Amino acid sequence: MLYLRLQQIVEQLESGDLPLAQALALYEEGVATAEACQRLLDRAALRVRTLMDGIDQLPDATETGA
Amino acid sequence: MQLLTVSQLNMYLRDLLDADDLLRDVWVEGEISNFSRHFSGHCYFTLKEGDAQIGAVMWKSVASRLTALPVNGEAVLAHGRVAFYEVRGQVQLYVDMLRPAGIGLLQAQFERLKERLAAEGLFDPSRKRPLPPLPHRIGIVTSPTGAVLQDMLNILRRRYPLAEVVFAPCRVQGAGAADTIIDALYALYKTDVDVIIVARGGGAAEDLWTFNDEQVARAVFASPVPVVSGVGHETDTTIIDFVADVRAPTPSAAAELVSPDIAQLSDDIAQLRTRLETAIAQRLAGAREAVARLKLRLDLRSPESRIRRDRQQIDDLMRRATAMLERRLTLARAHLDGARGRLAALSPLATLARGYAVVQSPTGALITDASQVSPDDHIEVIVRRGRFRARVEPSASGDGLSTQSASIPRQ
Repeated sequence: MLYLRLQQIVEQLESGDLPLAQALALYEEGVATAEACQRLLDRAALRVRTLMDGIDQLPDATETGA
Repeated sequence: MQLLTVSQLNMYLRDLLDADDLLRDVWVEGEISNFSRHFSGHCYFTLKEGDAQIGAVMWKSVASRLTALPVNGEAVLAHGRVAFYEVRGQVQLYVDMLRPAGIGLLQAQFERLKERLAAEGLFDPSRKRPLPPLPHRIGIVTSPTGAVLQDMLNILRRRYPLAEVVFAPCRVQGAGAADTIIDALYALYKTDVDVIIVARGGGAAEDLWTFNDEQVARAVFASPVPVVSGVGHETDTTIIDFVADVRAPTPSAAAELVSPDIAQLSDDIAQLRTRLETAIAQRLAGAREAVARLKLRLDLRSPESRIRRDRQQIDDLMRRATAMLERRLTLARAHLDGARGRLAALSPLATLARGYAVVQSPTGALITDASQVSPDDHIEVIVRRGRFRARVEPSASGDGLSTQSASIPRQ
């Protein structure tokens, strides 16, 4: 997931001792990843999938006292 | 008709009782009487109810688990098996669990199941798994009707809309409900959910009973992913609360437990970005410093300094050449002075100084022989200081000429 990748990038970058070119590439990826993460958060909408639609055929599906 | 010995009869009766399923696993409600604790630790008593009674044995191992030994007259629920004691020809209840009757049969069953599953390791804290920090898919097992599902979906929608919910509906009460829960759980195990919530709204203790079902507990135990239980209200405790990896006090709390807050997540991302910026800035500063250091080292080794050194060497050489030249000149000058001295020594002037003179014809030819002149010839005489003219006189001896001084013209 993007978030984990972002965490990974930041940690890698913070650990230092990377060649500069690699550090810069990581930084660019990090910025892009952070933005992608934020976009995901901004646009996210909960998806709901239901398994076994056959539940309706079961009697007494109603919960009481809830 | 068959004739039996006593032991044959008793053995027959024992086998008869042992073969009965009900008698192997039975709860009996009654009142304690004739309670006695043998020095061996085993306890013997009678369970009475009205005019009926049955002898009971409770082994030391069972008695030692009780917080307090029962007293005569106490109403209890005893669980155990009924068997025939051949030595005395008596039917006895072998008690393996004793509960005060006040807590009710269901509660006693609950306690018994809980103890059994605990002994089996189903509640072992070491097998509790941590919840995934950012679940992709959240499985939910609950009733499709009622507010519980919608409450949980609302919480997930608000806190963590990134997730996909895989909903496995079940019945949460009534006969057969346990099987629907087990089916729903196993249906979810076949999907790729990261975490599962088993939930039910609050209700009477009997309504929550499905969640004390042993098979439901075992199904939860079998889950390949962490399970969060959220059954009833905060005060309700069911068996699956003990089996689940995490127990939430309510369904809503369960939904909150599995979902990171999106606002928090947003903050986290911002913080990660800051760390990203800091890290790259540090890295760049480090690189800049490294470049500065290299430049310094380069400067130290630059050709300019070599040129400077070479130039100095040239200056040195020039100085040495000049010094050498000057020495040579001095030497040459000394030679010259010497030569000039020697020359002066050889000069006729010195001879002239001693009183000799040089005689020349008017043409300048040196006269070294008297025959070179005739009387009346003019000659020139050079002495040390100046010169003068003279005229040749005839010689007194007659065979030669003598030089007489005559008019000496000033020159």
